[in-house]
Amino acid sequence: MGYFRGFAVTFRKMFEKRVTTSYPADKRPKPARLHGRHVLNRYEDGMEKCIGCELCAGVCPARCIYVRGADNPPDEPVSPGERYGFVYEINYLRCIHCDLCVEACPTEAITESKLFEFSFTNRSDAVYTKDELVVDASTGQPRHLPWEDWRPGDDEMTSGWMRATSPSGDASYSGQVSWSGELGHGVRAPEVGQLDLGADTDPEGPVGT
Amino acid sequence: MTAVDTVVLAVDPLLSGDLDPRIVGIVLLKVVVAFTLLLVSVMLMIWFERKLVADMHNRIGPAVAGPFGILQTLADGIKLFFKEDLIPDRSDRVIFKLAPYLSLVPAFLVFAIVPIGGDFSSGDGVVTWFGERTYLQVADPPVGVLFFLALSSIAVYGVMLAGWSSGSKYPLLGSVRASAQMISYEAALGLAIATVFLTSGSLSTHDIVASQVAGNWNVLATGVVPFLVFLVAGTAELNRPPFDLVEAEQELVGGFHTEYSSLRFALFFLAEFMNVITMSAIAVTLFLGGPAGPILTDTLGWVWPVFWFSLKVFAFLFCFVWLRATLPRLRYDQLMDLGWKVLIPVAMGWFLLIGAMGVADNRGWPVVPVVLVGIAVMAGGAALLIGAVSKARAERLADAFPEHDDAPTPGGLR
Repeated sequence: MGYFRGFAVTFRKMFEKRVTTSYPADKRPKPARLHGRHVLNRYEDGMEKCIGCELCAGVCPARCIYVRGADNPPDEPVSPGERYGFVYEINYLRCIHCDLCVEACPTEAITESKLFEFSFTNRSDAVYTKDELVVDASTGQPRHLPWEDWRPGDDEMTSGWMRATSPSGDASYSGQVSWSGELGHGVRAPEVGQLDLGADTDPEGPVGT
Repeated sequence: MTAVDTVVLAVDPLLSGDLDPRIVGIVLLKVVVAFTLLLVSVMLMIWFERKLVADMHNRIGPAVAGPFGILQTLADGIKLFFKEDLIPDRSDRVIFKLAPYLSLVPAFLVFAIVPIGGDFSSGDGVVTWFGERTYLQVADPPVGVLFFLALSSIAVYGVMLAGWSSGSKYPLLGSVRASAQMISYEAALGLAIATVFLTSGSLSTHDIVASQVAGNWNVLATGVVPFLVFLVAGTAELNRPPFDLVEAEQELVGGFHTEYSSLRFALFFLAEFMNVITMSAIAVTLFLGGPAGPILTDTLGWVWPVFWFSLKVFAFLFCFVWLRATLPRLRYDQLMDLGWKVLIPVAMGWFLLIGAMGVADNRGWPVVPVVLVGIAVMAGGAALLIGAVSKARAERLADAFPEHDDAPTPGGLR
């Protein structure tokens, strides 16, 4: 009768909870470190973090980043250092969201938001320019472009905080801030619950705010 | 005038008198109502199937078009209507165009002989419309169920010619499977129905329902063995899972209708689901008393038979979907084994047993010894069959694996 046991299974399933999310209407919460479209961050004083070093362009496996650096104008510097990103373009028809650019960036200038629901009606729209990528000069929030479907929380946690796989995200640095502050948010607090699984685990539990 | 005295049921009382325009109007009305009912119920059936299978998979199913996605079928139909109509270069164009209608028309016609209402439990199944007494079915030919068998054979041609005329290999494989499967299961189906004729003494669907109501639905004679054989053979006849080798998406890319698109594909789809409904309706008519059931209220009393009929059909539809959600597809040899070595012998044996009981009853012989002798003879026959089959298989295996003692035991149902 094993052949017929399946009927009970399928009958029982009718009364169970559905696993489907009705996607455009409901959305599942996104993971904190989801790789979405990039943002270019600013320091708390409004200066751009990008120094135009082109390391991101060099490391990009999809060759989707185009950067040209330029010397900072002495009377009106764009970034704190000697150079700044004069041209910065990312082609989202090529980007694979691997985040190697974020890993490579020495100043945490380029990081990723959680936005991935965006579409274009022509190819040139897919190439994001620096104006579109850099965060707003007054609020520090990513720009919400008309063809992007931003959801609450997508533009949170876009700083160096999200570099989980970089040395500063190492579990043995749990609770230690190793990223710079940014415009609009200040210095982000470390994540709660990133446990050190070593022998000297703090019995009080994970450190954090 | 009591119900029993007036059982002259072979002909619809509507057609016994002279033909006048009002009677023609009533017949036309019945045709239109049956046609519309069938189309709407097909639409709802496709929605219901998708929704129920989704429930059984913990999914949601169609949910966007209309409330609860109930208009999904309509949307799909409109979409198919506007798609490009492709005819492959290597196809036989005339037959390629003809085949969908060969499956669709029989599906429509079968429903004509199904009584969908009429008070059978206290009356004689006759309703009064516009002052005329009539059956609640489009037609009640004296050959009733043979008409069903004939049309379901024609439907096989639709599937077979569709696959053959496509000029492509997967449809051809599908149609070869279809003809073999449908012809073998038609035999079991016919033998199961033959027991019904034998018990009710008539081929007319109206009389069959009336005899079931008079005889407690004939549960002993037809309600168990022929009913189960009919269910299995009917599922195979409909090419429904677990017998959907004809379409077998994973193996044959849709089988006979691989090359069809647009409206012609929609017609096949329509015919397939219409067949599910008509097969359920026929099963209800032949085995479950059709529209018979208690009349619970005096006002609107004619609604109750229609309600009971719909309820019974609905139970069948649920079971068809349940089968689809549960059972994996049979292998081809298992399918043929089940048809030829199980269903046909069982249906045939039961038919002969019931026949022997009828003869014994007529001649005044004692029934019990006749039944015992009949069972003994059949058990002997079954033993011979099983012995022959297993011997033949052992020899085949010995031929195929001469040097191995541990030859693989073949799977299958027996």
